[in-house]
Amino acid sequence: MNDQKRRRLAKAANHVRKGILEEVYAAQSGHPGGSLSIADIMTYLYQEELRVDPANPRWEDRDRLVLSKGHVCPALYAALAQKGFFPEEELKTFRRVGSRLQGHPDLNKAPGVDFTAGSLGQGVSAAAGMALAGKINRKDYRVYAILGDGELQEGEVWESAMFSAHYKLDNLCYIIDNNGLQIDGDIRDVCSPYPIDEKFAAFGFHVINIDGHNFDEIEEALAQAKTVKGKPTAIIAKTVKGKGISFMENNAAWHGAAPNAQQYETALADLEKIEEVL
Amino acid sequence: MAEMMKKATRESYGEALAKLAEINDKVIVFDADLAGATKTGIFKKACPERFFDCGIAEANMMVAAAGASTCGLIPFASTFAMFAAGRAFEQVRNSIGYPHLNVKIGATHAGVSVGEDGATHQCNEDIALMRTIPGMTIINPADDVEAQAAVMAAAQYMGPVYLRFGRLAAPVFNGPDYKFEMGKGVTLREGKDLTIIATGILVYEALMAAEALAGEGIDARVINIHTIKPLDTQLVLQAARETGVLVTAEEHSVIGGLGAAVLEAISEECPVPVVRVGIKDTFGHSGKGAELLKEYGLCRENIATEAKRALKLKK
Repeated sequence: MNDQKRRRLAKAANHVRKGILEEVYAAQSGHPGGSLSIADIMTYLYQEELRVDPANPRWEDRDRLVLSKGHVCPALYAALAQKGFFPEEELKTFRRVGSRLQGHPDLNKAPGVDFTAGSLGQGVSAAAGMALAGKINRKDYRVYAILGDGELQEGEVWESAMFSAHYKLDNLCYIIDNNGLQIDGDIRDVCSPYPIDEKFAAFGFHVINIDGHNFDEIEEALAQAKTVKGKPTAIIAKTVKGKGISFMENNAAWHGAAPNAQQYETALADLEKIEEVL
Repeated sequence: MAEMMKKATRESYGEALAKLAEINDKVIVFDADLAGATKTGIFKKACPERFFDCGIAEANMMVAAAGASTCGLIPFASTFAMFAAGRAFEQVRNSIGYPHLNVKIGATHAGVSVGEDGATHQCNEDIALMRTIPGMTIINPADDVEAQAAVMAAAQYMGPVYLRFGRLAAPVFNGPDYKFEMGKGVTLREGKDLTIIATGILVYEALMAAEALAGEGIDARVINIHTIKPLDTQLVLQAARETGVLVTAEEHSVIGGLGAAVLEAISEECPVPVVRVGIKDTFGHSGKGAELLKEYGLCRENIATEAKRALKLKK
């Protein structure tokens, strides 16, 4: 990846982070920590990777993205708005009565949302069903499922992993947002899902470990996943919860809390500072 | 009547799916390691490339079916009622019901007539659970003819459908010219003294009960409610108005099932006495299916007895 592209992506990701901040601040509710940790990957997916058409969100040959960790939909909405699925002004309606941007993504409401998710563990199964349908219907689309690392505690994730490997769903790619924190604290203290890579390898996945904030590594991993035949891929992305906003970074308290006016100003200043050096 | 053919509706499910395999290439079938029991094995044999065993993992099966349905396929997700409505309830609620996806749930082995497997596998709560999900259609067919017609209708309908089938062979009383209409109850026998509203395998028992009652000079109407949701409220209300007392009969808990649906339907517009024949807030146990049906009062004799009790409540 050349420097120009890297900088363009970093700017786009920072814009997505600002969108996340606007959404959560306007709603005074939502999940900023995990939204910020997945922001770089989400940005890369919508800016570079996904074959989607904002003018035709239900295009049957499109790539699908299922946000299995549905609570981080502020990141998804910001990336969808940036791509042109709906106006960016709409982000401020997040979680409000009458909004298409529900507290967890709703496929019947927000354009570009491929599956209704939020109850953890279920999105991966939906993604597997879409990938299987792609094989049955002889379509060449790919399906991406974004999971949380805490979400790996859900049994359905492993039911689904077994299914996807059994049916050789090589058109399916998991991206695990390994920010290390969940509501009750460090995932290692709550109920450790580690070693994540060995678990997925044992379940029959091609496994790639990356830095989830490094666009070169994101690009390479997604490209590699496309070359894998006969098995699904799990990209385990090491990330920082709250990435980009100083006081939210690596702090589980920001899993599901909104900033007040003063915190909002600090957060915005953090993101402006990042933008300045890009 | 003595020579009436018997067939389990799970068998009908498998056969209807196999027919669908020939006429609808969007239909796919999921099962959770029970293809031999749910009879989806019949479909598997006819169309192996559209059959997917998910293993013993019902949660994943339900949501994988939901995902596949968003890509234009019509998945039939099959397992025992206990695991379809019970174990996977939240998956059905959040990933099928809430997005109103085109998934058909084929739930077999409902009720105590499962028999020997005992209480852990005898689901008497599935209708209650499914009724709480907005937009869920619930069909509980009475015999082979109705079950096959219901499967065909479900495939044509766009939206989630819960199809309830039994393990035990049941009399086939509907003729080949039977027309199934989703959401429409069927008046099988006219009567003016009371109405027996039955569903599933108790429909035939209700007919037999009505025949016995006729011998005692009691003129009982019999209505088959195959679609429990949406309920044919109009037909139920008409029966309440015209006969003044109702008996409901179902192989399901009296809490939340057909009886409860009927009560809810009439309570504001035409509250008449309703006697509910069903599982009385208890669990089942092991035994032969037919024996258990008798033990729990899910038979013609008890329906007739309860009908006579109901008549005394009539104002």
